[in-house]
Amino acid sequence: MNSKVQNKIAIGVLYGIAGVVVLILLALVGYILVSGLPKVSWHFLTTPAKAFLKGGGIGVQLFNSFYLLILAMLISFPIALGAAIYLYEYAKDNWVTSVVRTAIEILSSLPSVVVGLFGFLFFVVKLRLGFSILSGAFALTFFNLPLLTRSIEDSLHTIDDKQREGGLALGLSRWETVTRVILPAAVPSILTGVILSAGRVFGEAAALIYTAGQSAPALNFMDWNPFNISSPLNPMRPAETLAVHIWKINSEGIMPDAKAISSGSSAVLVIAILLFNLAARYLGKRLYKRLTSA
Amino acid sequence: MFMSSDIAKPGTTPERHIVQPTDAQHPTVLSTEGLHVFYGDKEAIYEGDLKFARNQITALIGASGSGKSTFLRSLNRMNDRIATVKGRIMYRGVDINQPDIDVYEMRRRIGMVFQRPNPFAKSIYDNIAFALRLRGVTAKNKLDEIVETSLRQAALWDQVKDELDKSALALSGGQAQRLCIARAIAVKPDVLLLDEPASALDPVSTSQLEDTLLKLKQHYTIIIVTHNMQQAARISEYTAFFNQGRVLEYDTTSQIFTNPQVQVTSDYVSGNFG
Amino acid sequence: MTKSPEQLEQELKRRSKAAKLEIWGRVVSFSALILIVAVVVAIIGFVASKGLATFTTNHVNLWDFLSGKNWNPSLTDAHGKPEVGALSMIVGSFLITVLSAIVATPFAIGTAVFMNEISPNRGAKILQPVTELLVGIPSVVYGFIGLSVVVPFTRSVFGGSGFGILSGTCVLFVMILPTVTSMSADALRAVPRYYREASLALGATQWQTIYKVVLRAATPGLMTAVVFGMARAFGEALAVQMVIGNAALMPHSLVDPAATLTSVLTTGIGNTVMGSLQNNALWSLALVLLLMSLVFNLIIRLIGRKGRLQ
Repeated sequence: MNSKVQNKIAIGVLYGIAGVVVLILLALVGYILVSGLPKVSWHFLTTPAKAFLKGGGIGVQLFNSFYLLILAMLISFPIALGAAIYLYEYAKDNWVTSVVRTAIEILSSLPSVVVGLFGFLFFVVKLRLGFSILSGAFALTFFNLPLLTRSIEDSLHTIDDKQREGGLALGLSRWETVTRVILPAAVPSILTGVILSAGRVFGEAAALIYTAGQSAPALNFMDWNPFNISSPLNPMRPAETLAVHIWKINSEGIMPDAKAISSGSSAVLVIAILLFNLAARYLGKRLYKRLTSA
Repeated sequence: MFMSSDIAKPGTTPERHIVQPTDAQHPTVLSTEGLHVFYGDKEAIYEGDLKFARNQITALIGASGSGKSTFLRSLNRMNDRIATVKGRIMYRGVDINQPDIDVYEMRRRIGMVFQRPNPFAKSIYDNIAFALRLRGVTAKNKLDEIVETSLRQAALWDQVKDELDKSALALSGGQAQRLCIARAIAVKPDVLLLDEPASALDPVSTSQLEDTLLKLKQHYTIIIVTHNMQQAARISEYTAFFNQGRVLEYDTTSQIFTNPQVQVTSDYVSGNFG
Repeated sequence: MTKSPEQLEQELKRRSKAAKLEIWGRVVSFSALILIVAVVVAIIGFVASKGLATFTTNHVNLWDFLSGKNWNPSLTDAHGKPEVGALSMIVGSFLITVLSAIVATPFAIGTAVFMNEISPNRGAKILQPVTELLVGIPSVVYGFIGLSVVVPFTRSVFGGSGFGILSGTCVLFVMILPTVTSMSADALRAVPRYYREASLALGATQWQTIYKVVLRAATPGLMTAVVFGMARAFGEALAVQMVIGNAALMPHSLVDPAATLTSVLTTGIGNTVMGSLQNNALWSLALVLLLMSLVFNLIIRLIGRKGRLQ
């Protein structure tokens, strides 16, 4: 077969493959949105779930998802930031650093169910935190730390070394240079990374089913005292998130409209991730512009 | 005036020719004694003992890789993390190359401006003010005053006085470099080290920068690394010629350019190098 | 104005605020790093100690565990030994991982080649952002779609319940497709432009250039992408658990209910009592999972090292 014909065939096949992939991906997103969006209403988003009856919503689960996300980010961000600063700004290229980097890589490659099981063993059982928001937030933190650390490190990498020299030459310590010069300049890129990782955390379920638990007790949205058991802010209450809810009602759901609720929840989840993505791109660009222009 | 070829009689020129400044009006502020700089096992500087005269401009010239930048960066220990610096660096009678010297305090006295302008991603005002704030200068009027004086000394005030809130990243190359000079002098250093500060600038900006430096020398001792020999000739009182990790010749600038004693210097300043 | 050298030396040797901050900053940032390392050590330590208890306290033979086909931790076999043969789950996990990678690889690499070599414009504008977005879709959503679309489809075509390895493979294939595609595209993008130009200038066709030059040069990166996808598939729990049927039996066909390490773990751990053999056996499965993720990690490193040597 001559090489030109071969070339044509091969490129045709590649077009075909790309087309099939696009179709699959479009069908996937299309199915989620088409089957799910009609179920989504204000009522659906705000009412609590019903165990045996039709017409339950996902209000509590949605709140739990955001609350857990915020807590997990609050815990993991400072740790990831510190670790990234040490790794990028201070760490010498020696065996200790390489061991640490390997450890972080291992953490990032652990299946999230293993992270969740460890959270169950350590926080729920050993520390007696029970199935609680707190246990869940810690599990999500472990799940989130390696990626967030790497993403912040990449952000630090985007800032020119000349900026560091500039700070040092003024008699600033490396720490002051990093916190006062480098980090402010890296904010757009760090923020993008944080929001993208938030999307991942938001959709995570396997790490949560045995830490934050699989039940969503009714909440009293009038009570904002974190020490009250029915307060939404109480960190010791079990908290099923939206992602866990989808899994739960599909594995052992007994409500009659489980499928409709799953569709709606999936659509909400995917739209939330989409918004996280768009927000990350938009805010990153916007902040960067503000930083570099008048 | 001799042409370089007139004195270049093989075998009759010395290998090194060092004349340290002795002008009583301009006593030594900074000097190096027995300086050796290593990158790993590689020795980058091995004969570089120089004295620098106060309120004068000293130029360090030489081909790339001759060690002049390494030498300059050793003076305020900017190379601490990547190089080993042995020997003494005497600043007003104190050896600042001792391990227990506080490098941050020392660098406030011996400041540095780099090859490429590196303004911070902050407003013009904050570029100058923020290091001061970190050192406890918080009074607004005091800060305003220092920002204005520094910008005036760096000949940038008239161009930016109405847009101090603007991001410094929006400045042109020449303006940005002068902002970096303003930033460096705002912490009131004693010595100013400049590492090819004009190499990224156009001719007009370069000449403005040179004017600025000539004015600055009444307040500061300036040591400047430059590739540009005309620049060295125009602005400096003393010139040191570096070659392969050694200072081969050090003398007044007029001597170096009109009557170099060492063959290699003579070749370099007359453009016959390499 | 002029100070004596002694005075100046004293000033220069006094520890400045900057020096104090520097030490503080180093300590704080280093502690954060150590905390992460401690978490990794703790996870491995805890899971290993629990997972090994099956063999140390319950005296299960390691070989029986790895090669046994019967998984009924609450029952004992004819010799009075507990039935904790994990082979069916191990086979299930590997089967589903390998199959989904085999299906996903040509599609992922083909698409990556398309968006990088054939139609870079459309690639950069549409395909790349879309694949990057899809990487972020939560795995439960994949599981739900598997349950509501793939399982009924399999049921109608092959009969039976529809749950099984085939449905699991389909779900994982779609799930790892965006990840592998996006990483493959990164690998192709890292091939220097002049490789292609040199090849085209020698008269090679575009396909010859892609096949003989670009794909060769990008091989380590593409392999990393595929192994990464396999690691994700192997460790995925919920999406698989929702469609595989969760029957801890040796898989005889692709359309019979089966089980993976992760699916048995997710369903089982809540229904067993801490410290019991049934529970310990599950932790042993978790340990196998953890060790496999270390192996995947090692493979990725080896590929990376080999790639650098070339």
